Amino acid sequence: MPVPHDPSPKFAQYAHPERLVSTEWLQERLDDPGLVVVESDEDVLLYETGHIPGAVKIDWHTDLNDPVHRDFVDGEAFARLLGGKGIARDTTVVLYGDKSNWWAAYALWVFTLFGHEDVRLLDGGRDKWIAEGRELTTEVPNRTPVEYPVVERSDEEVRAFKDDVLAHFGNPLIDVRSPEEYTGERTEIPGYPTESALRGGHIPTAASVPWARAAAADSTFKSRDELDAIYRDEAGLSDGDDVIAYCRIGERSSHTWFVLKHLLGFDKVRNYDGSWTEWGSAVRVPIVRGPERGEVPSA
Amino acid sequence: MTDDTLPATLAEIRDEFLSLEVKDRLQLLLEFANELPELPERYADHPDLLERVEECQSPVFIFVEVSPEQVVHLFATAPRESPTTRGFASILVQGLADLTADQVLAVPDDYPQTLGLAEAVSPLRVRGMAALLSRTKRQVRERAA
Repeated sequence: MPVPHDPSPKFAQYAHPERLVSTEWLQERLDDPGLVVVESDEDVLLYETGHIPGAVKIDWHTDLNDPVHRDFVDGEAFARLLGGKGIARDTTVVLYGDKSNWWAAYALWVFTLFGHEDVRLLDGGRDKWIAEGRELTTEVPNRTPVEYPVVERSDEEVRAFKDDVLAHFGNPLIDVRSPEEYTGERTEIPGYPTESALRGGHIPTAASVPWARAAAADSTFKSRDELDAIYRDEAGLSDGDDVIAYCRIGERSSHTWFVLKHLLGFDKVRNYDGSWTEWGSAVRVPIVRGPERGEVPSA
Repeated sequence: MTDDTLPATLAEIRDEFLSLEVKDRLQLLLEFANELPELPERYADHPDLLERVEECQSPVFIFVEVSPEQVVHLFATAPRESPTTRGFASILVQGLADLTADQVLAVPDDYPQTLGLAEAVSPLRVRGMAALLSRTKRQVRERAA
């Protein structure tokens, strides 16, 4: 049975209110059999220190990324993962996590690649739940495994690859990294190899909108008006745009992808998960250094 | 890596991790995270003295003291919300305790990779611990007489 949407007035202002739930709403539905709460954090151990009662854990790295190829897991591994957590194809999944839902949004985006329909974010995530003094437990729920169908990923609609970006010039790009990464001031720490890129800067024409600007101080999403002011007025997006967002490995840009797609209602938004770790190391792709967006490269 | 250069405590910690199933290694890492000692007051009040380890995904700060007898003492702090990073730091704080500067510098750089954590926490995150070790060694080099 489908789990009803959260009718909170705050969510009604967004293009797709059904994609968000509030802490109050979730608290009342923790025992709903049609709903599974999933925690997804940057820190792989944070769930173990305490989580929302009944919540299961999905780790962005060890669960969602293929251990060998730089790609996400395939349909079989995803089916095994979700089925093992007691999530069926028609289960309502509520994702939440640390850092203003940054990683939860990444997990939500991967769920979208597999076409899992009813997947929502807890507005404010882990921080808000804790700030409100709500219950946490270290008890790991023992959920009965269910059958989850093997669905092949559909990458075309919401995922962009390097070649897609090269063919995208003339359309808007959003760089969600920090200003220092955008200008190219910062590629590595002197004397210390990182898993960073070989070159610094940004993809030509990309607007710089650090991902966290979409989050309020309490980790919830900013209001529709505030988001419109940032992405439409400032970054210059308008209805009908075909948008690609990127960051370093596609995690922060999943958060922006969620904002553009589900809160502001842009139809065509893709996340370039290869992001700067691919672009900044690729041979002969155009790069702009400094604070200016730069021009569309001549073909 | 040969055990000739690996100090006893670090070897014990490694063997303890390797004796566990992958899932239980996470629990052990969490125990280490909970054991990370608080900073002594002289550092707690002086965050400027601490060096941030940029390679870690979460903020972690370290400071190394080398006594006149050349004994190393590592101090580290990371937020409660970053248990993995705290666990990494705690392993080093415990594993390097009471070692001399020369012994610390002789610890193999790939020690973090030998704990069997790559599968449990991902190789990317283990790299954060390798960065902690290399920065610790650099501070030892700077401060050893």
